[in-house]
Order: sequence, then structure tokens, then C-alpha cells
Amino acid sequence: MKRLMSFGILASTVLAFASPVLAQTVFVSTQLRPIEEATVVREELLQDVGKVDYVVEEPPQFAVRMEAERQAGKHTVSLVGALHGELSPLADKDQLEPLDDLATKLAAAGMPQSVLDLGKLGKSNQQYIPWMQATYVMAARKEALEYLPAGIDVNALTYDQLIAWGKKLQEETGQPQIGFPAGPKGLMARYFQGYFYPSFTGGVVRTFQNADAAAGWEKLKELWTYVNPNSTNYDFMQEPLAAGEVMVAWDHVARLKSAISASPDDYVVFPAPAGPKGRGYMPVIAGLAIPKGAPDAAGATKVIEHLTTPDVQLLTASRVGFFPTLNVQLPEDLDPGVALLAGAVTATQASKDALISLLPVGLGDKGGEFNKVYMDAFQRIVLQNEPITDVLKAQGATMTKLMTDTKAPCWAPDAKSDGPCPVE
Amino acid sequence: MTNNRSWIPYLLILPSVAFLGLLFVVPLVQTIWLAMSDNGMPSLANAERMVNDINFARSVRNTFLLTIVVVPVQLCIALVMGTLVAKVGRGRETILWIWTIPLGISDLAAGLVWLSILQNTGYFNSALFGLGIIERQASWLSYQTPVALFLAIAIAEIWRGTAIVMVIIVAGLNQVPKEFREAAEIFGAGPWTRFWRITLPLIRPALQSALILRTVLAFEVFAVVYALGGRNFPVLVGEAYYWQNQNQNYGVAAAYAVLIMIISLAATLVYLKAIKVDPERLP
Repeated sequence: MKRLMSFGILASTVLAFASPVLAQTVFVSTQLRPIEEATVVREELLQDVGKVDYVVEEPPQFAVRMEAERQAGKHTVSLVGALHGELSPLADKDQLEPLDDLATKLAAAGMPQSVLDLGKLGKSNQQYIPWMQATYVMAARKEALEYLPAGIDVNALTYDQLIAWGKKLQEETGQPQIGFPAGPKGLMARYFQGYFYPSFTGGVVRTFQNADAAAGWEKLKELWTYVNPNSTNYDFMQEPLAAGEVMVAWDHVARLKSAISASPDDYVVFPAPAGPKGRGYMPVIAGLAIPKGAPDAAGATKVIEHLTTPDVQLLTASRVGFFPTLNVQLPEDLDPGVALLAGAVTATQASKDALISLLPVGLGDKGGEFNKVYMDAFQRIVLQNEPITDVLKAQGATMTKLMTDTKAPCWAPDAKSDGPCPVE
Repeated sequence: MTNNRSWIPYLLILPSVAFLGLLFVVPLVQTIWLAMSDNGMPSLANAERMVNDINFARSVRNTFLLTIVVVPVQLCIALVMGTLVAKVGRGRETILWIWTIPLGISDLAAGLVWLSILQNTGYFNSALFGLGIIERQASWLSYQTPVALFLAIAIAEIWRGTAIVMVIIVAGLNQVPKEFREAAEIFGAGPWTRFWRITLPLIRPALQSALILRTVLAFEVFAVVYALGGRNFPVLVGEAYYWQNQNQNYGVAAAYAVLIMIISLAATLVYLKAIKVDPERLP
């Protein structure tokens, strides 16, 4: 009996250690982490591609895990799904397999070359395959439209009009009703890089401390008097919108989706406001990449091919609200909330004054510190009321050092540079 | 006989020493190196970066302020609770058990409990609204209400951390022999005199451990602050967390970690010196 038991223990131990090696392609993703979304990935999106173990990881832990596997030389992850900015440090350390064959195939299947090129991360080889895309929009509860000053088209809003709207909302409801995700996990830094700076200055890095930027910050301070002070605690705007704490909010489509999908009839979704230099907007790209030394590169390639087929891309859009990177038409019977968001995305891209701001390239693992430059400027100028020119000068020096250290060249909408992107 | 076995105590503590050496000293040395180097060369760049950061001075100030306010209040409450419970006969265990409930709740959960009370749509606002004191939601946790935010965090910390101090104090009070108190009573000492002259000096070792433990924990405060104030109330551990996770600069994060360690060690030394314990009374 005893022998039988010890044999059983031995056998189960061996099995426990052996089973992960036997079958599965480990797919680690920083995207689609909430349990509902992960279940959709596991049960719907990854059906019929063999055994895939879909593991989700918070972005910081993802960075640590990839670095640990690189240093240990022991790889368990065959496929990674992460944002452009999260894949950039991996490409920087030469940790990703080139995927040029796949890229050629996808270009033939109708993935726009401009989107595919983002996956090169400024290198000569394809580092990742664009998987899904999203962007940021504004959403408002329908009641808020009653306070919209006459003659303003919500789909072609300017900053002055947004300020006028915010003022009226505050005066008539007694509370500041505009919200921004400026909390610890909010995406406020992207607002500055993709929306505020391009709209007011037509640049992101070059124009960081010029006169246009100072004028823009002045406007933002004016707007901020009508912004709910709890904004510095908001991470996902869907929560304060649904709770009725704010009526108008700017955020990533995926972070507005649950409120809007829950009651699509209560909301309008529209493009972010335009400034003197245009209507800045920033696409968000999530990519799929294969780490060097992946135990099952063949399986990973199969998963990438599967996830970038038109059917799966459309399924992804309707189930989780990230839009296809392939050039495909969204179906009629889309979830009404997702359809509202998709409408605003199309309206943004199609607006006459649209000004695209690309994702930072070449910052390596300094993406976090790049965000910090903008957030520190925001904290000092708007929250602590420090003099704008002094702050911009100090933060501009930090930015210059960051650019020189990383040698990152300028990206759109900044004009191209020969060396590191200069702060003018 | 005993001389032959003098190595036995060392043998017995060897596993724990090896364990600490492996899982504490090695990472500690690595952290110090991470903080004090830049690209593999010794450098103070990380420390400089830390000190010049806009939130450094605020986080140092906030952490000390919170410690200075929270620890004495907790000590007083714990002394009162301990003295009260000493007089109770029946039901003593039940009372102690209820008082120590916050000890079993994780920091973050405690923070979230208080968040649900104090946020805009929380119970506190609902109660005020129900009583007709406010007309609409008031925010207590925003950057525009620093005093309310500080009070909220201090109250949450006091609620969460007093139990550990009380447990140590109660243990100390239990060790005070009844005879001293009875003798003092015979000589006509009132309750105050007895407390100041007999109880307090005799529970010094317990006070010392409680203060050291609580102060070190207060310097490490994070989860409650994070849940209630987010980035509106920067504290040292919070900054270490943001540099590690958000800014992904492990060097500056390590510099913060080293700074917190130095502050904690200094506080411990101060207590060891300030509240001298008779060596004969050490366990």
C-alpha cells in the first residue's frame, strides 16, 4: 500500500512537471486582462488553434517576467501580446524574432502598410504584428447635451467650446461635470502626447516648451476649473460616468466601453476637441510578437495567423471593443455600445482638421519616464499652480536629456530629425 | 557537560540565519548596489534623481507627518484599551477578539473599506445628505481638500494599526505583578499615580517593541494611502512603487527603498536609546 502510494505521488509529481512541456503554446498578454475578456479570448478567439495557454500579466510584471526569462535563458513564453510601448523595450534589447514573412503575407491580405510599419519599431525587421487597435474618444451622458450652448456641434468641438460647455454644466448643475483619467493607473499622459500637445502646438517633443505650448497650458488651466477635482483619482472613466459623478469624459475606448455598452441609449460618443493646430488624436496599437528562444515558435506563428484572419478580427471587435488592424468592414449587428465607439473613432479620423500623433518610437524602456515629463508638468502647472514658463523650461530640460540618452528621433506630428529629437 | 554542547544553540538557529542570509541579506545588498550604481559604475545619479523629483519633498513630509500624528494617537488609544480590558472579568476574550479584527484585514482591503465610506458616492456623504447637512456630494479625497484627505488617511491608519499596538501592550500589562499595585494602593497612591509610577515604567519593554514595530510600519505605509488618495498624497513607499512600476526606473525605486530602510533603522535606534530597558527585564 505504502509503495503504491509513493508511486502515485511520484507519478503525479512527474506529470505535474511534465504536462506544461507536453502540449501548450504559452501566450502571455497585457491586453484583454479582465476575466470576462480573457474568457472570450480563451473560449472564442483561440478556438480551433490547438492548445494555447492564454496567460494575462499586468504590464510591469510582464516587463519583469520577460527580462527574467531573458537573463535566465529559460524560455516558457512562445507568444506575447502587448501594446506598442510595451514591446518597444523588448525590441530594444533584441529579444523579438523577426516576423517579416508574416508581415508580407498580411500586407497581401489587406493590412495597411502604414499600420504594419508601426510594428517595425524603427528597426529594419518586423518586430511585431499589429493585432488590434483602439483610440481615445469623448463620451457624454445625454442629459449633458441639454447644457450644450446653442450652435455648438458636439462632433466638431473646439477647446473654447468645451470650456463654455463645462462652465454651463457647472453653473446649472452646481458641480464640475467634466472628467479626465488622471489617477494613478489612468492614461492621462496619452492625453498630453496624443491630444493636448498636437492640438495646441502641432508637435509633441519639439514644441514642448514653446509659446504655443504655454498658451495651451493656459487654456487647460481654464478648462480645469470645470473639471471634477476627483479626476486625479480616476483610472477608468467608465466608472465615474456610470456612477453619475461626471457627465462628460475623455478616455480610451476600452475604458469607456462597459458604461456605454451597459446603456448605449444614455450616451453620445464624439471626437476629442480641436485646438488651434488641429484635432490631435492617437491610435493605440496592440501587437503580437514571438520572443527569441520561444519553445513553440511554430505554434505561436499559427496563433498570430489565426488572430489576424478577418473573421477573428471582427469577432474581436464585437466581443471586446478593440478594432481590427485589417482593412475590414465592421458588421451591421455590432454591439450597440461598440458601434457608438466605432462611430466616434471614424468621425475622428474623418474630421477635416484631424492630426494623427503616432506612438513614441525608440524610447526603449524610458517610456514611463517620458510619460512622467508630461504628468509632472501637469501636476506643477495645473494642480500646484506654478508659473507655466518656469515649469516648461525645467521639464523641457528633463525631456532634452531623455531624448539625448535614448537617441530617439522625432515621430509624427513632429518634423523628422537627424539625431535625437530636439526640444526647441 | 554544557560546555560540550555549546554549539547546539548555534546549530539550532543556523537554518533561520541561513534563510535570512539568502532571502534578506543578498537582495538587500543587490538593492543597495542598484541604488548606488549607474550602468555598472558606482554613482549617486539615482539618489540625485530621487531628491530632485517634484514629489520627493512632499512624500518625505507626508510620511513623517503621518507617522508623527498616527503613532502617538495609536499608542494612547492602545493604552486606554489595554487598561480598560484589564478591569473586565467576563467577556474579556470576546472584547479582545473584536478589537483585533482590523488586524486580520489586509492593508488594501482596509483602504477600500474606508474608500467606500468616504468617496463621493460613499456612506459618509449619504449620511450627511440624509441629515440635511450637505445638499450634494462633497468630495473629501481630492487634491483640493488636503486637510480632509490627510484626516481620512490618518483615521484609516489609526483604525487599521491600533490593534497590533494593543496586543503588545495587553501582553505587557499582563506581566505587571499584582503585588506592586496592591502595595501602592496601601500607601495611598491614586489611580493616576499608580499608572504613571508603576504600570508605565514596568511595561517599558512592551512599549519599546510596540513603538518600534508601529513606527517602522508607519514609515512603510502605502496601501491605505494608495486606495484613498492615489497620487494626491505621495508617500515614500508609494514613490518607490511608481518609479518601479510606472516609470520603470529600478535604480530610483531602489534609492527610495534604501532611504526607507535608513529612516526605519534610525527610528529603531532612537527608540532603543530613548526608552532604555533594564537588561534584567529583557526576556
